[in-house]
Amino acid sequence: MSGRIGPRAVRVGATPSRATSTVILVLAAAGFLYPLYALFRFAFWPTAQTHGFTLQHLERLTDPGQAYMYTQLFEGIRNSLVIAIVTVVLMIVFLLPAMILAELRYRRLRQVIEFVCLLPISIPTVVLAVGFVPVYQQIWHITGSVAWVLAFAIGIIVLPYAYRPIQSNMSGLDLVTLSEASRSLGAGWLQTVWSVVLPNLRGGILSSALITVSVVLGEYTVASFLTQNTFQTALALLQHADPYVAATFALGALLLIFLILVLIGAVGSVSRHKRKAS
Amino acid sequence: MTAVAHGAAAGPSAGAGASRPRRRAAGWLGFTPFAAYTLIFLAVPTVLAVWSGLTDEQGAFTLANFGAYANPVILRAFGNSIVLSLATAVASAVIGAVICVALLAVNPTGIVRVVADAAASVFAQFGGVMLAFAFVATIGTTGVLTLFLKQAFGFDINALAVDKTAGPLISQVSGMFFVYVYFSVPLMVIAFMPALVGLRPQWGEAVATLGGSRLRYWLHVGFPVLAPSFFGSMILVFAGAFSSYATASALTNTGVIIPIVMQQDLSSETLPGIAHVPGVLAIGMIVVMALVMWLYSLLQRRAARWQR
Repeated sequence: MSGRIGPRAVRVGATPSRATSTVILVLAAAGFLYPLYALFRFAFWPTAQTHGFTLQHLERLTDPGQAYMYTQLFEGIRNSLVIAIVTVVLMIVFLLPAMILAELRYRRLRQVIEFVCLLPISIPTVVLAVGFVPVYQQIWHITGSVAWVLAFAIGIIVLPYAYRPIQSNMSGLDLVTLSEASRSLGAGWLQTVWSVVLPNLRGGILSSALITVSVVLGEYTVASFLTQNTFQTALALLQHADPYVAATFALGALLLIFLILVLIGAVGSVSRHKRKAS
Repeated sequence: MTAVAHGAAAGPSAGAGASRPRRRAAGWLGFTPFAAYTLIFLAVPTVLAVWSGLTDEQGAFTLANFGAYANPVILRAFGNSIVLSLATAVASAVIGAVICVALLAVNPTGIVRVVADAAASVFAQFGGVMLAFAFVATIGTTGVLTLFLKQAFGFDINALAVDKTAGPLISQVSGMFFVYVYFSVPLMVIAFMPALVGLRPQWGEAVATLGGSRLRYWLHVGFPVLAPSFFGSMILVFAGAFSSYATASALTNTGVIIPIVMQQDLSSETLPGIAHVPGVLAIGMIVVMALVMWLYSLLQRRAARWQR
């Protein structure tokens, strides 16, 4: 209490002192980085040494004689990339038109769309997966057991993530006025959507697509329940055969997802900047 | 269906010009792709999952499947799921709240805060198989932390396991707790931070002017105002942990928690009599989630009082 007289000590309310805050944040950062450090060390440190860096654990990856061990992994990566692309297309074909239509013409439906899009958060993915099994038995009758159709199921899991960036982009614009202006200048609906609405939503659509890709690359549950080979299920299988390569690919994927999320942050701040400038 | 109903209702009011109702109907048609997609891949699977729990082999309605809950293995898995999620929720809520409070002291537009926000969203996404690998490398049998604790303090991390006979800590529910906390704390930070930022500085000043200490501030202002948001965020963490499957599945292949039991029963559908077990477990999960979400909406309403 002696510090009360000094000007620095007038801390009121919830804000803790600088020192307390620093200690807590440093501890938290250490706690979160430690398992990553452990994973990195596992993948890249020479066996039975306390330090150093080696790629010796990855040598088998380039050995043609042992390539069979990794065919499943590479097939899983290919499948996941295809699923990611198809899922992004699905979001653009199914979700985006519905959101634009609701925003421009049927504004009361916006709440319905929001409700539907956020629903997959409160239904556990495993519950949906139990229901996907009979649905996919029918689908695979027609298409054969191919992985890319998983995109339809994963698209549902992605809905909440894909919805938010587009929605927050829309709520920052007055799309109704913009489209009325465009229409009064003689543009048709198609032209309005193509050259007025979509360019304004570029940032939201891009963020939405990026987060979709990052969620698809990390998706495991649906693929596991439907016994399809994707990046994550292949990683889970590989951990017994070659844990080093599995750990390396996990680190690589983490780095990629991290970069994607940083990119989303950058997209967000650029569009905020633009709005301020205009 | 709704499109037709609306078109009919709009018909008389639109009145003049036959083209207007037709164009309105055409506009409604724009929702069909989205509606069809969510119907087939969201509504139908949910209904099928529930339905498979309520029917017998012949497809007739029955409640007999609920007998699965008399199975001690399933009962234990359900208990494990709930205890694991509860413990994760409480621990993550406390740790997350402390981190949030610490973040109040840094410049809200400064680099620390920006990095912390980005880190929270990255780590909240970092679940599943990759996180399981990281923890095997940390507290697994030959994990970095395991070896360090053994060498430095002679402490065996596997002593933390609730069941000492069931193998290493990492493949047990008590080991999963640490992994779950790791991906739940960032979720807590994301969910709880807005409430903390919403605390008015005036309230702190008011307490100080009236001669109150900071302890009094927390007792009479901080805790009561934040309590609904705190417990609301805690419930979100519980829901996330309760429905999580990937992390646990990469750590163990025994049915210790409900989602793993569901997956195992689904993939061994040839065994007679258990084909409907996943459906019944899905109903159980939906009931728990509905309960939890109802609680959440109650708390959100209380929290909204102070967020004007």
